Amino acid sequence: MGYGNAPDEPEFGAGSDAPARVVPDAPAAGPVVRTHTSGPGDNALFEYLLRLGDDRLILGQRLAEWCGHGPILEEDIALANVSLDLFGHATLLLKLAAEVEGNGRDEDALAFLRDAVELRNVQLVELPRGDFGFTIARQFLFDAFGELYFAALARSTHEALAGIAAKAHKEIRYHLRHSTDWVLKLGDGTPESHARMQRAFDELWRFTGELFAMDDVDRAMVEQGIGVDASTLRGAWRDRVNAVLAEATLRVPDDGYMVGGGRLGRHTEFLGHLLAEMQSVVRAHPGAQW
Amino acid sequence: MSPASAGAAARIDAAWAALRGVPDPEVPVLSVVELGIVRDVAVDGDAVMVTVTPTYSGCPAMREIERDIVAALEAHGFAAATVRTTYAPAWTTDWIGEEAREKLRAYGIAPPGPAEGTTFVPLRRRRAVTCPYCGSPRTRLQSEFGSTACKAIHVCDACTQPFEEMKAI
Repeated sequence: MGYGNAPDEPEFGAGSDAPARVVPDAPAAGPVVRTHTSGPGDNALFEYLLRLGDDRLILGQRLAEWCGHGPILEEDIALANVSLDLFGHATLLLKLAAEVEGNGRDEDALAFLRDAVELRNVQLVELPRGDFGFTIARQFLFDAFGELYFAALARSTHEALAGIAAKAHKEIRYHLRHSTDWVLKLGDGTPESHARMQRAFDELWRFTGELFAMDDVDRAMVEQGIGVDASTLRGAWRDRVNAVLAEATLRVPDDGYMVGGGRLGRHTEFLGHLLAEMQSVVRAHPGAQW
Repeated sequence: MSPASAGAAARIDAAWAALRGVPDPEVPVLSVVELGIVRDVAVDGDAVMVTVTPTYSGCPAMREIERDIVAALEAHGFAAATVRTTYAPAWTTDWIGEEAREKLRAYGIAPPGPAEGTTFVPLRRRRAVTCPYCGSPRTRLQSEFGSTACKAIHVCDACTQPFEEMKAI
């Protein structure tokens, strides 16, 4: 389908309307890095913080792949800056997660020494970057959600988490402004850019349901006043997406089958490839100092 | 006021004075104090503790700023200086004072407008930014991101000069 994927990267959704193959990664062979995987009943707050942090870690890595490959210099810089912000959020959230876990791991260990089955991000953020339109469409869907989510999370009863959320929220606002601008430009642009944007939204849509899914971990966090009930944000998110896509002359895809499982460590095959690159230096040189 | 606390107050003033001499590495026309990232200074005997907050979560200059702060304080006779980072309340461009805004303008960076409220309005047009070189409002946004995360790039249609704006957050 020509999304400009690197040749060594499996192409996503290539050539058919069939859903992308969702293949959970097998546990890594070879030397075992001692890690502790927490289950939903184990420590809900730790699990919740991993989910928040992992979404931003993985999308930050996807955006960083554009560094040196942006369609224009300004966008190369813009995507790298958004990536930096996301890494900043991920650092703070995973640091907090590490403190909550109290198991001697720090935020770097959580980012670089967990395998795919231990990651808790939604599948939306791990899909290959595709072309610039695909990257922008995903970013817009994620930013529109994140802006609502982090505004609510800033009212968390967990003081440290509320502080991180309030700061992140300010930054997500201009991420959203940036991605919205590009959805408008490309959607309401040339026939080629319009077609690519429509195809991107059509392909991405089935990955958006996971953003609003709630399970025992989320419900426990909401009950304690710590977390956000994502299911209540869906209406506002739809209104926002509808308005921008209408202005961009794009069609909002129909709700159909929605994929899920990322929160429980079930991921597409693409996440393993991403981690292999992101974690390679740390794993090849354990304990190395910069 | 006891002599001891009067001494402490004088040392705190001296520490603030030292910090006013530390330029921000990305916007060197402003000091870290003018930029609003120094949130608190406390002294305990010889030790001085400076609390800073990053402008942006992913700001890559924070470590450099911490080193600069410690070095400046040591140069001013504070042997045991430490820097602590806080994230709440989140940094806002509203903490940049009038005088500092004028410095930014003279440096060629359009100063930030008032920070927006917490409600986000999709599809709202951004206000036009006044050109720091010729003062014309006939400018257009080129990119939401400039040389650093905290700046956007605009172009002035009156004097044709590209310029950066410090974004209001």
